[in-house]
Amino acid sequence: MIASVTPREILIATIARLLDGVHHVAVGASSPIPAAGAMLLRALKARAGAEPVRISILGSVEHNFFTNGSTELFDCAGQGRIDAFFLGGGQIDGQANINLVGAGDYPRSSVRWPGSFGSAYLYFVVPRVILFREEHTPRVFVEKVDFISAPGVSRPGIHRTGGPYALLTGKGLFAFDRARPGFRLESVHPGHSLGEIVEATGFAFAHDAAPPTTALPDPAILALLRGPVLDDLQETYPDFAAQMRREIAAAADAA
Amino acid sequence: MLRMTGWEEKLDPNLRRMAERVVPGMRIALPVDYAGVSMAMTRPLIERGAGDLDLVCVPTGGLQVDMLIGAGLVRSVETSGLSLGEAGGAPRFNQAVKDGAIVIRDATCPAIHAGLMAAQKGNPFTPIRGLIGSDVLANRPDWKVIDNPFAAGSPADGPDPIVLIPAIHVDVAIFHAPMADRAGNVWIGRRRELAAMAYAARTTLVTVERIVEESLLADEITAAGVLPALYVSEVAVAERGAWPYGLWGEYGADTAELQRYAKAARSAEGFADYMRAGALEAAQ
Repeated sequence: MIASVTPREILIATIARLLDGVHHVAVGASSPIPAAGAMLLRALKARAGAEPVRISILGSVEHNFFTNGSTELFDCAGQGRIDAFFLGGGQIDGQANINLVGAGDYPRSSVRWPGSFGSAYLYFVVPRVILFREEHTPRVFVEKVDFISAPGVSRPGIHRTGGPYALLTGKGLFAFDRARPGFRLESVHPGHSLGEIVEATGFAFAHDAAPPTTALPDPAILALLRGPVLDDLQETYPDFAAQMRREIAAAADAA
Repeated sequence: MLRMTGWEEKLDPNLRRMAERVVPGMRIALPVDYAGVSMAMTRPLIERGAGDLDLVCVPTGGLQVDMLIGAGLVRSVETSGLSLGEAGGAPRFNQAVKDGAIVIRDATCPAIHAGLMAAQKGNPFTPIRGLIGSDVLANRPDWKVIDNPFAAGSPADGPDPIVLIPAIHVDVAIFHAPMADRAGNVWIGRRRELAAMAYAARTTLVTVERIVEESLLADEITAAGVLPALYVSEVAVAERGAWPYGLWGEYGADTAELQRYAKAARSAEGFADYMRAGALEAAQ
C-alpha cells in the first residue's frame, strides 16, 4: 500500500499538513496540487467534525463566492480574512524573494514571465504563504533573483502581517525562518537525497546532517485523497484529476 | 503596422463604428480574461489602426492585448500579468518586451484596482499596503511612498510608510457582457471591475450577447448587477463576442483555439497568417 504512494500524493498530503489550522485558503486558478492539498485538509476537518475550511479558487466560477469583482480577494486579504495562499516564481532566492517577471536585465528581460499578479501585496498580508515550485533546479532556486516581484522579508517598521512560511518542491520541504532570515531543509522526499538537493539549489540553507524523509500519508488519509478529494478535484481540474488517477493505477501495478 | 485584407468587409458595421471612437495615443482599459473580454472588438480596432495606444489591463491581460501588440498598435502596457493562461505565454508581448518595442509598466493587481478606485471617487490617489522593497515599486516613479499621517504608535515606533497609487483615468473602456436593455443599461452581474473601468473612463464601449426588451432596472434582482446607461457610451450586439475566451454564466473558454493562437503567433509571420486566416471563419 505505502509503496504505491505517488510523488504528487506526497506533495498534496504535505500541503494539507502545512495548512493545518487555517480557516480560509486562497488558491490560484492553475494550481491543482495546492488546491488538492486544501481540499484534502477540508475533507480531514469535515471528517473530524472540526470547524470547516473555506477554499477560494481564483478565476473559477464554481468556487468563487466573491461578489465584488476581482478586487475582493485583495480586500479580503487586507482585512486579514485569508489565512493562507500559494506563490511560485520563475526564480526564488535564499531570502525568499520571488521573481514572476523575468530573467536578465529588466525591463528587456531575456526570458519574460507573465508578471507579478497579486504577489507584491498578498506576500505582505497573508500570514501563511507557501512557496510551491515542483521544478527544483539551480535555474529556479538562485542566489539572488533578477527582479523582486515581492520581497521575502521587510525591514522593521514596514507593515507586514504575512510572508513566507514554507517552501515545497519536488525534492523536499523547507521551513522559512524570518528572523535569520533563510530556509531550513525540514525533510527530503522519498527517492531524493540531501546531496541532490544541495546540488540543485543555488542558495545556502540550513539542514541537519541527516534530514528526515518527508512523511507519507497514512492509509486513511490516502483513502480520503483517492476517494472524495479526487472527485472534488475533478470538477475544477478534470485533466489533472485524470492524470492523477492514471499515476495511482500505474504505481499500484508497479508495487 | 499590420495591414490585412480580405476580412474587413465581414466586420459588423456597428463594431466598426464603435472602433472609430478610438484615436491614436489614447489610454484604453481592458478587462481580465474571465471578466468579459470584447474579443469581437479586436479586429475592428486593428482595422481602424489607431496606434500609440497605452493599454491598462484590469488587472491582467491576455489574447486581446497580445493581438493589439502584434498588430503594432501599442505604445505601452500597464499590467499585473500578461499570458494566455493554460495556453502559455503571450508570444507577441514577450517578443515586444525582448525587442524593447513597447514600454512595460509592471504593476500588482490590487494597485490597479486602487488606481481605478481613486478615479471612481474623484480622488487623486488611493493608499495601498505591500509593495515596499519590491522592484515593482522601484520601477514605478509615478507611485509615491509617504508616512502614514494617522500612524497610531508613539514617535519612538518610527514612521509607517505606505504606497500611494495615483488615480487611473482612461479615455476608453471596452468590455463584453451578457445583456443590455434598450436604454443602454448593461448587466455585469458580480463582475464589479467592469463598473470600475467604466467609472474611470471618458468613453465606455460595450458588446453584449443580446439586447433585452424589458428594462434591466425594473427588477431589483437584475438591477443589483446593472451598470447604468449613465456610464455607457455605446452598446452593440456581438454573439459569442468573448470567443475564444468564455463569458461567465454563458459559455466556457475555447482552450484549443487559444493553444492554436499561441503556436501560430510565435513568429510575426505566423501571427499575421493567423489573423488573416481561419480564425475569423471559426468566429462566425
